[in-house]
Amino acid sequence: MPSSPTRKFPAHLLVFLAPATAVYTLFMVYPLLDSLRLSFFAQNGASETFAGLQNYVTLLTDPLWAPRFWGALRNNFVFFAVHMLVQNPLGLLLAALLASGGRARSIYRTLLFMPTVLSVVIIGFIWQLILNPLWGIAEGLLKAVSLGALFQPWLGQQSTALVTLSLISVWQFVGIPMILFYTALISIPEELSEAAYVDGASGWDIFWRIKFPLLLPTVGIVTILTFVGNFNAFDLIFTIKGGLAGPEFASDIMGTLFYRTFFGFQLQLGNPTMGTTVATLMFLIILSGVLLYTYVWQRRVTTYEF
Amino acid sequence: MPYSLRRWAERMAPHLILLMYLLLALFPIFLIVINSFKTRNAIFGMPYQLPDSETFSLIGYETVFSRSSFQQYFLNSLIVTVLSLIVILFTGAMAAFALSEYAFPGNALVGLYLSFGIMIPIRLGTVSLLRLMVGLGLVNTLVALILMYIAQGLPLAIFILSQFMRQVPRELKEAARIDGASEYRIFWLILPLVRPAIGAIGIFTMIPIWNDLWFPLILAPGDQTATVTLGVQQFLGQFVSDWNAVLASLTLAMIPILLLYLVFSRQMMRSITAGAIK
Repeated sequence: MPSSPTRKFPAHLLVFLAPATAVYTLFMVYPLLDSLRLSFFAQNGASETFAGLQNYVTLLTDPLWAPRFWGALRNNFVFFAVHMLVQNPLGLLLAALLASGGRARSIYRTLLFMPTVLSVVIIGFIWQLILNPLWGIAEGLLKAVSLGALFQPWLGQQSTALVTLSLISVWQFVGIPMILFYTALISIPEELSEAAYVDGASGWDIFWRIKFPLLLPTVGIVTILTFVGNFNAFDLIFTIKGGLAGPEFASDIMGTLFYRTFFGFQLQLGNPTMGTTVATLMFLIILSGVLLYTYVWQRRVTTYEF
Repeated sequence: MPYSLRRWAERMAPHLILLMYLLLALFPIFLIVINSFKTRNAIFGMPYQLPDSETFSLIGYETVFSRSSFQQYFLNSLIVTVLSLIVILFTGAMAAFALSEYAFPGNALVGLYLSFGIMIPIRLGTVSLLRLMVGLGLVNTLVALILMYIAQGLPLAIFILSQFMRQVPRELKEAARIDGASEYRIFWLILPLVRPAIGAIGIFTMIPIWNDLWFPLILAPGDQTATVTLGVQQFLGQFVSDWNAVLASLTLAMIPILLLYLVFSRQMMRSITAGAIK
């Protein structure tokens, strides 16, 4: 904790704190607060007038706006669900395999993390090419294992576009839960599993009964990072499906809705204050996730230090 | 099953699964890179083969360099990333030093205020940020991007650095104070001691800045200020049917970040591991 107590606010303290605080306040805190304020204003051309909660009412109930908002929210939860059901268990599996030892593990770890460091734009285009029927890579590979009949233009169909995009995102970001679970796993002392092994426990039992409970704090961190990342996602869907997040808004999530609303896209005119209303609702969703994590999960789960 | 065979199978199973996943993780990237060096016919005719003397072609790269300002995009990305990073690390370290070293009234409050931005994405303030940049006359400049990436990167940098600075032995600082060193001088003495943390934060801060699409798209969409990510996104939009150019531009955009990652991955992984164990 801080050591030398000081009575007044000394000059050097100001020098140390001022630059970071100033830039952070001006370019992060101020825009966020100003966005909150603007969400209570109606857009009249270039000027705005105070409108109370009108934007929120329009967004949540107007027959033109509401389907887009609720659709994007629903899609965003599907996007999140796919990450929770596929990305995080897969990350845990890979981490457990990496932690099981072997000299090659640092090579595996480095290579498996590679897609995660690439830009989402690049990943989006790579998968668009791989899944493109014109090039026929995905189709050809499925045919090679006699599953050619399964191939469909997944990215183009209303029923499969969102899940396909979610899986592309999973493919890219599985490295993050993998690394977090891996570091948590290798910090568990060997003696714990050795003692259980001597008592006759199987590897499976050791993992689920001894190691997994110790991983619960990491499960929480991974979940909240996934939640915040998913409800802030935009790049992948914009890259592959454009601002309209087609087909028929089937892959529209909060990020693309936000972009389209304030910036406009093709025929839709931009409406900045309505955009801030979408942003404020995203803010509330993310904030409630963070608060739930901080005040419910973190208080219930014990963290053990070794 | 004989005992030794079973043991062997148990030992090999993790490798098998990891290798299979590795194939899934790297094959798409590999396919893009090898095909970027081939003729159009070979891309479609034999996509899985390495380029040979007959199929080798650099036509895609020629198109990219003649039709887009790729060199300019690289330079823009480099300027934005490096300058943001330097300012984040330096001003972040200064703020972290103040928070970890001095017990001033409001210390906890300032810490909380600065860490608020770790979880709340700055993207949500985009509408006002754009207005602010318009007001400052900074739209379509790299300065707009740099300022905003600094604000984005600072919260986490300050949070992690102040944790590391608290671990620096107090005797060291007290000894320097007794010798008459100023507080600024003590800060300079502490800085090299938290070098591992600075390295780790550097990499974690840099990758999202380099890869970002959102802010270049909104704050600096002009061709003169486009970063690699935005430049590639727009180039690919125009040349979507020129497969050679598409594959070449994807490869060009991937190479620098992958090289950087492979060079620094050991330090990066080590610092995550160290952080987790602490």
